[in-house]
Amino acid sequence: MSFDISLILDSLPKMLSGIGLTFQLLILSGVLGLLLAFVLLLMRLTEKWYFSVPAQVFIYVFRGTPILVQIFIIYYGLPQFEAIRESIFWPILREPFGCAILALTLNTGAYVSEILRGAVLAVDRGLLEAGSALGLSRSQRFIYITSPLAIRLGIPPYSNDVISLLKSTALASTITIFDMMGIARTIVAETYAPYEIFISLAIIYMIFTFFIQKGFGYFENFMSRHIKK
Amino acid sequence: MTQPLIQMQNVDKFFGSFQALKNINLEVHKGERIVVCGPSGSGKSTMIRCINRLEKHNSGKILIGGRELTDSEKDIDAVRREVGMVFQSFNLFPHMTVLRNLMLAPQLVRKNNKSKAKEIAMKYLERVKIPDQANKYPSQLSGGQQQRVAIARALCMSPEILLFDEPTSALDPEMINEVLEVMEDLANEGMTMICVTHEMGFARSVADRVIFMDLGEIVEEASPQEFFENPKNERTKLFLSQILSH
Repeated sequence: MSFDISLILDSLPKMLSGIGLTFQLLILSGVLGLLLAFVLLLMRLTEKWYFSVPAQVFIYVFRGTPILVQIFIIYYGLPQFEAIRESIFWPILREPFGCAILALTLNTGAYVSEILRGAVLAVDRGLLEAGSALGLSRSQRFIYITSPLAIRLGIPPYSNDVISLLKSTALASTITIFDMMGIARTIVAETYAPYEIFISLAIIYMIFTFFIQKGFGYFENFMSRHIKK
Repeated sequence: MTQPLIQMQNVDKFFGSFQALKNINLEVHKGERIVVCGPSGSGKSTMIRCINRLEKHNSGKILIGGRELTDSEKDIDAVRREVGMVFQSFNLFPHMTVLRNLMLAPQLVRKNNKSKAKEIAMKYLERVKIPDQANKYPSQLSGGQQQRVAIARALCMSPEILLFDEPTSALDPEMINEVLEVMEDLANEGMTMICVTHEMGFARSVADRVIFMDLGEIVEEASPQEFFENPKNERTKLFLSQILSH
C-alpha cells in the first residue's frame, strides 16, 4: 500500500481546527467532574447511609457501563422525556455539546471520586491522631492534614484519569460533534484514507498526552517538595 | 487533698470481643510523674489513649480536671486542649516545616495570631535545643530530633498533662538519651506526665510511681524503689527478670 504524505499535510490543519472543541470537552468535563468527584467523596466519607449509599450506587452505575452507552442514553434517551424538554436544563441538553459534557462529567466524576477516596484513606492514621491530640476539629484535620497529603498521593492515578478523559472526548464525535475525531472521520469518509488520517490523529493525541504527563509530573514534584532532602 | 487531675474509675475497654482494659482504676495528681510498663499487648497504650479519647472506653468513668469524658465533642475538645501526647512514631506532619508543625495548633485551636504562634514555637524549639532546624521538613531530621520536635509541638499548647506513648521505642540507641534528657527536664519542672516506656533507668530516676500492667489489668503500682527492689506480684517479678537480665 502507499502512504500519502501530502494528504497528511493537507488534513493536519483541518483536524487541528477541532482542537478547540477537544479542549473544551476535556477542560469543562474535567473541572466539573472533579467538583462532582469531591461531592461524591464527601458523601462517601460521612457515616450517614443516606449520603454514602446514593454515592456508591452512582459510582457503580457510571463505572459499570461503557461511556459510549452513557453518551447515547443522554443524547438519544433524555429528550424523550417531556419533563426534561421543559426543564431549565433543556437549552444545554438540547445541544450535543451539552450532552457530551454531561456524560463525560458524570463518568469521570465517578472514577475520580474513587481515586480521591483511595488517596484520603491512604493518609497515615497516626497523623490524624496527632491532629486530634492537639485539639484540631474534624474539618481542620481534613483541611490541614488529610487534603495536602491526599492530593500528592492522588496525583499519579488522577493524571491517568485525565489522560483517559482526553481520549474519551473522541467519543463525542459519535453524536455529531466536530472535535478532532469528528473532523478526522469526515475526512476519511471523503478520502477513503483511514491509515494516514487516523495515524496522524493518533500522533496528535499522543503529543497532548505527553504534555499532560509532564504537567502532572511538575505538580507532583511540587507537592512532594517536603520529601526531598 | 486536692482533686486528682486524672481519674479513671472502673474503666473497661473492648476491641470486638477482646478485652483490652479490665477495671482500670487510676488517679494522677498535678505534678505527678507516672511510668507505665508491661509486656506488649498489656493495654498500656490503650490506657493512655483513653485519657485523650483516641480510644473510647466502653464502661467506667474518666475525668480529666473534673470534666468527664463522654460523647460530647465539646468535652473531648476541651480535654484534648489540656492533654498533650507524644507518639512512638513521632507523627509529625510531613508536609509542613518544623515551625509550621509547631504553629498549627496554637493558631487553629488557641486562636493565636501568626507572630504570637511563631514566638511560642521558637520558645519551645529552644527548649528542646533545636531552634536551628525550624525551617526544615521532618524528613530532614534524625529520629531523635523528630521526637524532640514532637515534644515541642505538644508543649506549644501549654498542656496540663503530657502523655508519652513509648517515645523512645522507634529510635536508634544513640538517640534515646537526647529524648530522655528533654523528658527529664520536663519532669523536673513539674509537668504532670504519664509515660509508657521500657526505659527502666528513666523510671528509676524520674517516676513518682511505676505502674505495671499485664493482660489489661493494673497488676502492681508502687514507688520506683519498691517496684524494682521488692516487687510483690509474680508477673511483675517475671517481667522485671526478663527486661533487666541483660
